[in-house]
Amino acid sequence: MDVIPVTITSRGLGSTARRDVWWATPLAIFVGLSLFIVYATWAAFQNAHYTYGPYLSPFYSPELFGDSPHAWLGPKPAWIPAWVPFSPALLILPFPGLFRVTCYYYRGAYYKSFWADPPACAVGEPRGSYWGEGSFPLVLQNVHRYFMWIAVGFLFILTYDVWLALWFTDAATGATRFGIGLGTILLAVNVVLLTGYTLGCHVMRHIVGGAHDEVSKHPVCDRAYACSSALNARHQLYAWLSLFSVAFADVYVRLCSMGIWTDLRIL
Amino acid sequence: MIPEATFKIWRTHPGGGGTFQSFRTKVSEGMVVLDVVHRIQAEQAPDLAVRWNCKAGKCGSCSAEINGNPRLMCMTRLSELNLWEPVTVEPMRTFPPIKDLVTDVSWNFRVKKGIAKFAPRPADAPDGTWRMAQRDIDRVQEFRKCIECFLCQDVCHVLRDHAKHEEFIGPRVLTYAAALEMHPLDTADRIPAMKAQHGIGYCNITKCCTKVCPEHIRITDNAIIPLKERVVSRYYDPVTRLLRVFKS
Repeated sequence: MDVIPVTITSRGLGSTARRDVWWATPLAIFVGLSLFIVYATWAAFQNAHYTYGPYLSPFYSPELFGDSPHAWLGPKPAWIPAWVPFSPALLILPFPGLFRVTCYYYRGAYYKSFWADPPACAVGEPRGSYWGEGSFPLVLQNVHRYFMWIAVGFLFILTYDVWLALWFTDAATGATRFGIGLGTILLAVNVVLLTGYTLGCHVMRHIVGGAHDEVSKHPVCDRAYACSSALNARHQLYAWLSLFSVAFADVYVRLCSMGIWTDLRIL
Repeated sequence: MIPEATFKIWRTHPGGGGTFQSFRTKVSEGMVVLDVVHRIQAEQAPDLAVRWNCKAGKCGSCSAEINGNPRLMCMTRLSELNLWEPVTVEPMRTFPPIKDLVTDVSWNFRVKKGIAKFAPRPADAPDGTWRMAQRDIDRVQEFRKCIECFLCQDVCHVLRDHAKHEEFIGPRVLTYAAALEMHPLDTADRIPAMKAQHGIGYCNITKCCTKVCPEHIRITDNAIIPLKERVVSRYYDPVTRLLRVFKS
């Protein structure tokens, strides 16, 4: 490529002529993501208070091995050594976690907020070297599409959890009957927001139709591409709302299980 | 609105480098920054260099950095700025200065020539015309709104802070490539060059290009990421590669 040398003004971290509070958004993202990571890690290691009645915390769903009635395959298997920290959440959380870590929106957000690369638009960076996403290790971000498919599987499981959260067992008689609690609604809203986030993902948009130059010749892809594009336009919003909803659903189930909050029964 | 305001405008020195020069000038309702620059040029500094043409946000000539933000001078109203403090007006920092607010943006045009040209399929009809669905062409029509102001190139940190001009073509030229690559009639394959020569992997999705675009083109979401995904399908996804082998 024929290139003329460009005079780069010497810059350092935070050097800019911007007058606005350019640091507010990256700082807010840093605080928001840090709070979520700290809480999710703490909650995942608790291995307690993750169910309440028919509710199962989304951090622990699917519960592959565990002591609650929601466990698919029974209690913790004997082949897992006792010294290994165990929690049903630790078995499954890495998958949705890595889906978010490799998400195009979050990548742009945490490169700025956690790595100052750059701290904000037209603001100086701390490092002179730059490799981008074409080299190791960031080239691994391209695995995003595989985690997207796993995340789609989680949507079905979480939807099933909402169905289970509609059936309450009477403690006195042992009979199961239909009902709706605030927890049911929170789990349902969480699934809706996660669906909006996952189906509007850039990879989903590419796979369902974006790869075609003439998507109109593929009617199913055409429709799916239009829907995914509509969700994609609000991908950032869904990313944050679903992050909050999944954490709040866990908080709700946890506090109900601990007896601090009482589940509000609507039906 | 206050009757007078101070503007600090970048002036280049004949020997190289430059400094801000302060100008106190009259301002009034409805003015844009380019109006102020013209007033200063007319009343105080006739040698002040500024590139401009349409004054309507459509020619892309008057790109600059106003209070540190890459903007078109003709589309930045004074009512958006805090006139109680001096307003800084600088040239785009990613490109070599020519004089004052004028920079040499010719690199962009040279890089653009490196993109494989439009190669339409054979005509669909005997009269030599083609048929396209409106929604297929709508997708690339968005990119045609580009006025080549190069504010996206200016703000892109890969060029601005890391000077990867030899390895990365920048958001404007990626958008141009996307307009061709996603065109329903086009048959050329630009994906290998996107990865190897044009450095699409350098983009780390800061979306700064999208934020500064005066035409509100969703550069990152609609042009760069779809191109990145095509590169992933071609080079990094073993399943897609396997399917392609079976298909062929």
